[in-house]
Amino acid sequence: MRTLSLTKRLIKQIVRDRRTVALLFIAPLFILWLLSLVFTANDTKTTFDVIGAPAVVLDKLRETGATVAEVSLEAGKERLAAGETDAYLEFALPKVNVVLEGSDPLANRAVMQTVQMAMQALVPTNGVVKQFLDVTYLHGGSTLTMLDYFAPVLIGFFILFFVFLISGVSFLRERTGGTLERMMATPIRRHEIVFGYFFGFGLFAVLQTTWVQWFTLQVLDVNSVGSFGSVLVVNILIATVALSLGTLLSAFARNELQMVQFIPLVILPQIFLSGLFDLRGMPDWVIWLSKAMPLTHGAEALRGIMIRGDSLADIWMPLVILSGYSLFFLALNIAALRKYRKV
Amino acid sequence: MGYDAVVRVEHLTQRFGKRTILHDISLDLQRGEILGLLGPSGAGKTTLVRAIAGIGEYSEGQIAVLGERMPSLRVVQRIGYMGQADALYQDLNGLDNLTFFSDMYGVSKKRRSSRIEEVLELVQLTPDAKRPVHTYSGGMRRRLSLAIALLHEPDILILDEPTVGVDPVLRKNFWTEFRRLQAIGVSLLITTHVMDEAEHCDRLGLIRDGRLIALGKPSELKEQADSQSMEDVFLHFGGVQA
Repeated sequence: MRTLSLTKRLIKQIVRDRRTVALLFIAPLFILWLLSLVFTANDTKTTFDVIGAPAVVLDKLRETGATVAEVSLEAGKERLAAGETDAYLEFALPKVNVVLEGSDPLANRAVMQTVQMAMQALVPTNGVVKQFLDVTYLHGGSTLTMLDYFAPVLIGFFILFFVFLISGVSFLRERTGGTLERMMATPIRRHEIVFGYFFGFGLFAVLQTTWVQWFTLQVLDVNSVGSFGSVLVVNILIATVALSLGTLLSAFARNELQMVQFIPLVILPQIFLSGLFDLRGMPDWVIWLSKAMPLTHGAEALRGIMIRGDSLADIWMPLVILSGYSLFFLALNIAALRKYRKV
Repeated sequence: MGYDAVVRVEHLTQRFGKRTILHDISLDLQRGEILGLLGPSGAGKTTLVRAIAGIGEYSEGQIAVLGERMPSLRVVQRIGYMGQADALYQDLNGLDNLTFFSDMYGVSKKRRSSRIEEVLELVQLTPDAKRPVHTYSGGMRRRLSLAIALLHEPDILILDEPTVGVDPVLRKNFWTEFRRLQAIGVSLLITTHVMDEAEHCDRLGLIRDGRLIALGKPSELKEQADSQSMEDVFLHFGGVQA
């Protein structure tokens, strides 16, 4: 009951603070939109060769605006190796061998988009097109765009960042403004305070996730093969970690500025080490540090769902780790409030 | 000591690290009396009343309120506490603040709105109830803060410097209200560093450097110190101690 009142009060406070609402719901879209510009610019201006393509396919490919040349297999290989083209398509029907240059994800995406656009016009179902295409890379690489790869991590990061900051600052205000002390002079129990915060900010985390996810998938056209609900589950876990960590660390800050100072210490390292950048070949201690960070597991789970189409059962490991972190930090919060009242 | 003490503090000692904030303090608050705690800032008054209100820890000694050892959630329900800071949610309006704290004190939904109206009327904030608190003047915040402490009709009121930064008219109103509460059987524990305010109290405890240097009726204390002003009384007892 008290938990619910506390939840309601927090919601009211956030809703009345227009700028915070904007920070929660507009800022992530703005950043994602900027990133989408950076990572997906000129995605149809691509150059590739085709070998033995039927005329109808060649026409469709040319319609997309790509620079397409008909050459022999040898010439295609040579031109690709020399870096003159982004890919070559060898038509060995019913299969189409797509060989991508591979080192530039932007170019990979551009070629694949062009090919898929052309193929879709001929074979309407996406799944069928994929069966025909046999994609290989000259220099490794991936079919994913940078944004596809980044988006799951970024969605998790936004939740972590905003929930951490806003819940930390609002708990700090309770502390410095005397309202925490005043709450402690009422019969509210310590865990009721912690859970009140959990539900209040949990609601905003759910709304933010839903909103950011809708924008990423529908407006920015990022691929996601997993279920929306699963992504939500992971994000709520990330929000719980962020909330409990934020309120916990607010005990070590005397004012809002000191709360902001935790961002480069606690939040930014998590985004660098959470798998956004390739950590293979890094020293062991960096790998361990990355494994110790909650966002690493959150990002792994999100990537699993959105890129590989994993179900919640497939990613039980990161889910357990995130839940563990949440419970641990929540318990620490309840314990830390003993400073104010022993019962 | 009296037989009807609602608060009983025995040999209370409070240390923070190596610093001792309160030295072996024993006092009691009788039912229906106004006990004042007078002392300069930093003397330990706040630490003492916080401990009585069940907030924070204490190192040694005993605090019993209404016969129960503090901190006790059951007893906390019957205490109204108003700290030195206004402790209000600035971004919410007066009504929201009152609603939230009446929920915290478990005031029933049925009783809630009528009780909120009562306390708003009492502190004369009814016309401003829907304004956000950050637009309130200092005096209005103080009044709202007092209203919150009264919401759940507590038996004991613990007020930490309730009249600091309050203009003379409002201060007079506050004291009229304290007297009215006293008349219906509420016991009040009030800290102050204003000497003339201390004379309104039934009994007075003088606190300096964490020690209770005197406790008694203002008239008795004056007699013992052979002086007419509270200031001299304080200097007298302070001097004896030093």
